[in-house]
Amino acid sequence: MRQTFVDTATALLDDDPRTAVVLADISGAAFAPAARAHPDRVVNVGIREQLMLGVAGGLALTGLRPIVHSYAPFVVDRAYEQIKLDLNHQGVGAVLVSIGASYDASSEGRTHQSPGDVALFDTLGGWTVHVPGHADEVGPLLTAAAAHDEPVYIRLSTQHNAEGRPTTGMQTIRRGSRAAVVAVGPMLDTVLAAMEGLDVTLAYTNTPRPFDVKGLRALGHSDVVLVEPYLAGTSSAVVSDALRDLPHRLLSLGVECVDLRRYGSPEDHARWQGLDAAGLRQSISAFVAPGGGPARGRG
Amino acid sequence: MHPIDMAAPTTTRISELLTRLTGDEKHAPSAYSTLDVLWVLYDRVLRTAPDRVDDPDRDRFLLSKGHGPAAYYAVLAAKGFIPEEWLDDLAGPDSRLGHHPDRLLVPGVEIGSGSLGHGLGLGVGTALGLRAQGLTDARVYVLTGDAELDEGANHEAIAYAGATGLASLTAIVIDNQSSTHGWPGGIARRFHGWTSSTVDGRDHDAIERGLRAHTGTAPHVVVAVVEKKG
Repeated sequence: MRQTFVDTATALLDDDPRTAVVLADISGAAFAPAARAHPDRVVNVGIREQLMLGVAGGLALTGLRPIVHSYAPFVVDRAYEQIKLDLNHQGVGAVLVSIGASYDASSEGRTHQSPGDVALFDTLGGWTVHVPGHADEVGPLLTAAAAHDEPVYIRLSTQHNAEGRPTTGMQTIRRGSRAAVVAVGPMLDTVLAAMEGLDVTLAYTNTPRPFDVKGLRALGHSDVVLVEPYLAGTSSAVVSDALRDLPHRLLSLGVECVDLRRYGSPEDHARWQGLDAAGLRQSISAFVAPGGGPARGRG
Repeated sequence: MHPIDMAAPTTTRISELLTRLTGDEKHAPSAYSTLDVLWVLYDRVLRTAPDRVDDPDRDRFLLSKGHGPAAYYAVLAAKGFIPEEWLDDLAGPDSRLGHHPDRLLVPGVEIGSGSLGHGLGLGVGTALGLRAQGLTDARVYVLTGDAELDEGANHEAIAYAGATGLASLTAIVIDNQSSTHGWPGGIARRFHGWTSSTVDGRDHDAIERGLRAHTGTAPHVVVAVVEKKG
């Protein structure tokens, strides 16, 4: 996904004089050819994330369309007030593109992990959030985002599905009768494996904000399982509100709000978080069983 | 320190406008510390006007030190950017003027500010954006305070602008010695890679000379020293 992002952003710099890329050293080498071709529109501010967002706000104030990129904990968590004030409060937008996701950088430790990023955008309002599940989804999402002026966050990950599904709305993968399971972005293939033999509907979205409420309701289920690759419950309020006129049950699976203080691989973290196929199967099975309540898989 | 040396009619005019601002302004000392610099900028230096607020080639003035904006509003009213009547209900429920300015509410205001340390980063981005579009005549001015420089975000912008020679940027630091721990060795020396002028922040001719002292090869800082905040 990261290489597709660099290739697409480089092409946008060539094609659209409004486009600018703002970096804080991360991926600087990958953008070196683009920086040589467009020295005024590829800005690497050094290891200065507050300035990276401030510069993006200033560029947008002059009418450019900044694409801002770093690790999720640096472009979002660290620069949160700059996102709030230098973009939202100024009434301008940007395209923020992160790598690292919740625990792609498992071996780097907590400092390089941002399970809370999508939740932070919910505190600001107005942001479109894309969580692509495959590299093939990155190009169309970024190209579409670069064409307007609204605030957009694109969360890239090294975790991915086998197949790209570029459509942004709710996509039905298969039909079942017991519940609807909504997999966000890179969670899809793991959820599919977890649901083997379970009589449930599976849907996919790479765009949790704005959440496709109409598409969710069209699935026709009052029992809903959300599987998100970031903080568990991030979309709970949105889904509860979408179903507020219906008696419904909701299970929200995702990354728990805890510093595990463990390294290992992303697969290890998925297992510890109950987000591998076995853990998901345990949680979803318990939820759809008669009288089923929330249970979390732990391995 | 010189007294305010505006021509008498101007002094009277600004005084009248300030009087129209309601009496519950929370940051009056800092508001008045900026008054002379703001007047010189708008009266003598900035290439902007009420009919140019959307002109891509206008100079940009970014009030980073957004608290205590009474002097700013008074100058904007005196120069015709906003109606004088707006001054009568500062921060009221229907007022477009608050204790911190909002660019979406006030014509001519380039940034919404209040939380300290955002203006220089936005100013760097604005200068880069203008340069990328070939708008090389437009200059970007950012006004901060000596206490505001305590915020680390400023130093990201100062270091980057100095290292890259962002010559279209001017910072103005109103120094009323209000920083809790001060700036031993002086403020101007914190701006590595910048040219600097340190001036009497009440002397209009000195302020103008300082603002015009940029060389075109490096960013420029004007430290405008006023009486100590007390």
